[in-house]
Order: sequence, then structure tokens, then C-alpha cells
Amino acid sequence: MLLARLTEANGAPGQEGEVRDLIRAELEAHVDEIKTDALGNLIAIKNPDAPGPRVMLAAHMDEVALMIVGIESNGYLKFRPIGGVDPRVLVAKSVVVGAKKVPGVIGSKPIHLQKPAERERPFTIQELLIDIGAKTKEEAERLVKLGECAYFTTKYEEIGNGKIKAKALDDRVGCELAIRLLQEDVSFPLIAAFTVQEEVGLRGAGVATYQVKPDLALVLEGTTASDVPGTDEHKHATTVGAGPCITVIDRVSIPYPPLVQELFALADEEGIKVQVRRNTAGGTDAGRIQMSEEGVKVATIAVPCRYIHSPVSVMSKDDYEGAYKLVKSYLKRLQEREASN
Amino acid sequence: MKTIIQQLTEAFGPSGFETEVTELIKSMIEEHVDELGVDVLGNLIAVKKGSQDGKKIMFAAHTDEIGLVVTHIDDKGFLRFGNVGGVGISTLVGNRVRFAGGAVGAIYQEKGSWKDLTLDKLYIDIGAESKEEALKKVKVGEFGIFHREFEDLGNRLIAKSMDDRVGCAVLVEALKTIKNPKNTLYFVFTAQEEVGLRGARTAAYGIEPDLGIALDVTLTGDMPEARRMDVSLGKGAAIKVKDSSLIAHPKVKDLLVSLAEEKQIPYQMEVLDAGGTDAGAIHLTKAGVPSGAISIPTRYVHSPSEMVDIRDVKACVDLVVALADKDLAAI
Repeated sequence: MLLARLTEANGAPGQEGEVRDLIRAELEAHVDEIKTDALGNLIAIKNPDAPGPRVMLAAHMDEVALMIVGIESNGYLKFRPIGGVDPRVLVAKSVVVGAKKVPGVIGSKPIHLQKPAERERPFTIQELLIDIGAKTKEEAERLVKLGECAYFTTKYEEIGNGKIKAKALDDRVGCELAIRLLQEDVSFPLIAAFTVQEEVGLRGAGVATYQVKPDLALVLEGTTASDVPGTDEHKHATTVGAGPCITVIDRVSIPYPPLVQELFALADEEGIKVQVRRNTAGGTDAGRIQMSEEGVKVATIAVPCRYIHSPVSVMSKDDYEGAYKLVKSYLKRLQEREASN
Repeated sequence: MKTIIQQLTEAFGPSGFETEVTELIKSMIEEHVDELGVDVLGNLIAVKKGSQDGKKIMFAAHTDEIGLVVTHIDDKGFLRFGNVGGVGISTLVGNRVRFAGGAVGAIYQEKGSWKDLTLDKLYIDIGAESKEEALKKVKVGEFGIFHREFEDLGNRLIAKSMDDRVGCAVLVEALKTIKNPKNTLYFVFTAQEEVGLRGARTAAYGIEPDLGIALDVTLTGDMPEARRMDVSLGKGAAIKVKDSSLIAHPKVKDLLVSLAEEKQIPYQMEVLDAGGTDAGAIHLTKAGVPSGAISIPTRYVHSPSEMVDIRDVKACVDLVVALADKDLAAI
């Protein structure tokens, strides 16, 4: 299954090669052009010279990860997060490190050795080390290079009644949707930009948009769901199972209001359950895309995921299929509009 | 002029939803311009053509105002909300809000200390007695603004969204005054300034101006125990030296000063510690644009009661009008 393979592939910001190769192999036969740009964005184009609106789907390939920044004399690896990672979720997790996928575990002082004061507070990143079973610095250096990244080993799994549990759903779910949607039969130029370095500051999206020059862009994302125990209902940004989210505002964008309205109306007509993303924080590639050159019409459609930026997140299959249906219906509508022109 | 300010400040236009304001401005200026259009971000761009040896000046005043967005409606019909732009918590409690669909409500706080107040402890009461009733008046995701009327106090005026409708009013008034300018003038009524100078950036990219000038409000230091700042109401147009988005191009700043001296327009120099304007976005466009700002001194910025002095506003108009005809060969 494609989503399983995508989430199990590893791609830290700036090191998206494994994900990119997988997507390229998946799409090559279905598009007219496919290229990797200077920053590493993968841009796949259907009908490049056809008349009609240039429509871009965007999803980022990178995931938050842990970069190896030092090797101790006893063979332990020091690391720092790349992108937003909560150190409290790291303790005792299994990881694989670097190109050789060296297995390891994030170690910490066990509870019976901790001083009472230490038990009162979470470990800091500085106190955590990755243990790859090496006895010496030299042994570790043969397996791992500085600058390589460690990734969680979470396997894709379907759980409960229609839920999916996996790592990196933010934003491999968007990548999977873009891959599937690019196979729609349309006559206008349809482009998918699989962007890099979103998690460290939306860096790939701007340069991708400059090359694609879209008239309209749909950003496909995995977004935070806060319908978890201990949060008041009015603080729930999104709810798992209530349908894909449409953004009206976040920290970096106010998506094009007429397009947003059209998507809500379309969802209503097609009987697709959708929800408003109810938080003004956070940002997606839409912020950079909207600001490209003289401006681009954007909308962000996101699948709510609980526990994002952690070793494992949970989403609903219905939300994910809802997002697919919504964008598919929108592309169909554009196609009808083109045909009647 | 006061009527224009009143009409503009009473219009609805949170960031991203500036249409009511741009339509109003369109109706005020259409007979005075050569070209008029609205772009993707929502900027209204009006062009007044100059003579052949003139340069391109982009004047920018933003149409959007800070506001709120509904994030949740509870079973009893109370709303929770997020901010649109830099909304100060202390200006919210007891304030009134008006939504895109016309619903009006009062903002209040949960129990607890002022010191611990955060946005998620505030709510809006639109007078609904149930969720169903509330849903008839307002939707989750709907944008709102401060609900407040314009007041004419003589020389001084109070209104919501003087930031930056007063800047828009300066450009509207200047447009009506200027006939056959030397320079080609782009009057850009920009969108989404309050959320990150967004409209000005894409507009400037398309226009490629030779000179960029923002018309926006600036803070003052002439109130009781105010933060120290040498800008006062009634002392003239403020010529910007710097803010946190821009260091005014020295030649642009000097040109504005010499124009003010020459035409005997009252002016003061503005050094703003925090805050930015559209000029911050314009000056970094493509290979760079010499830019500056003419600021309207304003008390209580980002509150529902922003105060300006009509004499300063008129000085700003005079300075814009003078610049339209100025030979810019030296810039």
C-alpha cells in the first residue's frame, strides 16, 4: 500500500531523497514531465502546454527528525531535532540511523538511578543519547556519519474502526493524495510539487512555485488534531473523524476566500463532511505559494492527525478519503468549466 | 475629508476580507484615475499616468484592519475566537464585535485574574440562547471586527481602524487633488498588511516601482506617562526614519524633508521602535526599491479608539501631492 510505503520511508528536511525516489517511481509513467530542482523539490507535470488554468497540488516530503551532531567516546550518538520535536516523546524509542539504517534506541538514565529532583522534570535533549550498540567512537563512526539523521521505526498499521497509525503522516498523507490525484484525467495543466524543508521554514515551496507559475494551488497537509484527553472542546483545532479541514486563516496565510467558499459549497453539494480548521496558529506551504510573484490563489486542505511531530500519529481513513474526494470533485468541476469554455 | 475618513473607518475589512473597503474606495476615486484593478491578494491598484520623463511611484495604504475569527460555538451559543493580526488582549474585554454576516456581540472573560488573561479565556456573547440560534447568526471560520462608530471631536477624530483607513483617506484626497502629475502614480490600497505586509509584496512585484512610499499610522509619545517617542498629534506629517521593517532610504527621507520645507508643510521626524509598514515589503522587492513612509501620528493604535488630528492628515495629503510632481532624477 502506497501510504504505508510513504510513511515508512525516511526524509529529514534537506534529506528527502528516499521519499523523492519513491514518489518519482510511482509517478513517472503517469506524467509528461518530472524533475528535481536545485532545492530538491520534485515537480511532476501533466499537460504542460495545454490551455486552461495551471493548477498545482503541493505536499511536503520532509518530516521532523533527529540529526546526529556528535559521537561520544563510548560510542553513543548525540543528536538535535530538525523541525519541532517535543523531547518528552523521545525517551526509549527505537530508531534507525542514517543511510545504512543502523538500528538504535534513544537511551536515558533509568528511573531507579535518577535522583528525586530528576524524576520531577522531563529529560532535555542534551541528556538523551542514541545507543547503536557500539562500544567505541571508532566503531560508531564506521556505521554513522555526523549530519545523518535518526528516524522512528513505527510501522504503518490500521487500528480500531477505520483509523491509521503511522509516523510522518505530516505530510506523507498529502504526498499520497497528490500522487493519486495527479492520475485524474484532466485537459488543463496539472502539476504536483512535492516540496522540501517545510518543517524548517517552508523553504522549498517558494522556489517550486516560482518555476511552476500556477494560477491556483491546493496545499494538501496533515494537520494537528487536538481532540485528545485533557483539552477543552473550544481549544480543539480539528477533530479526527469530522472530515478533512479547510483553513480560513493560519499564521502564514489567509487562503483565497472565494476558493475557500467554493470548496465548502462543493463539499456540501457532494455530501462530503468537512470542518473548519479552528486555530490561527501553525503554517503550511500555502504561505509561500500565495506570496509568489504577483500572488497565487491558494487553499489548504488537511487531514487531522493526532500526536503529530511525534514517533506516531493517528488519523481517520474517512477524513483522508474525504480529502481525496473533495479535491477530485474540485478538479472535475474545473474540467467541466474548461469543457464549457 | 472628515466624511471620507468616517465612511472608510466605519467600513468592514479584516485582513483577507477587504472587499467592502476596496469597493468604497473604488467609488470615491474611479473618475480620477486612468486605470483601476483588483489583484489576487485583494489589492486595489489605481494608476494615474504621468509625463514621459517621470518615474513610477508606488504609494501604499492598507485597507485591512485587525479582527477576530470564530473558532468554536458552544451549546449555550457563546463563541470562542482567534486573532486576525495584532490584537491586544487588554482592548478586548467589554468591547463589541461585528461579523461579516452582520451579527454583533460583546466580548467578555471567564473568571480569573487580568494578569493571566489569554485569548482562549475570552468569549463572545451574540445574544444567542442556544447553539442552534447562534448558528443562524454566525459560522465557525467567520471573520469579525471591532464594532465602533466614528467621532468628530473638532481637530481630533476617534475611530476604529484609523490604522490604516486614514492612510487610504490621504491617498483618496491626494488623488482628487492631483491633475496631470509629472510621475506615474500607482495608488495601491493594499490587502493583508496586518498579517505580514502581504498585499504590498505581490503588488510591488508586479509594479516594479522606482520609488515606494507607505502611508500608514505611527505611534505618538504625547500622552500621560507614555512610552518615549518624539511624535505628537498636531505637529504635522511624520517622515519615517526607521521602524522594525524598514530603514527609510536616506535620499527618500531627505527628499520628503526638503519638499516639506519648500512647501511649508508641517512635519516631524518619526523613529518607531516596533512595528512595520508596507514599505518594509516594497523596498525588498526584486532588485530593491528606494522606499520611505509618510506616517499619520495616531494615538491608541490597534484599539477600537484610534485618534488622529485632521491637521496632520491634511499635511500628509499635501506632501503626497507635492511628491507626485517632484523630479526624481536624484533617487
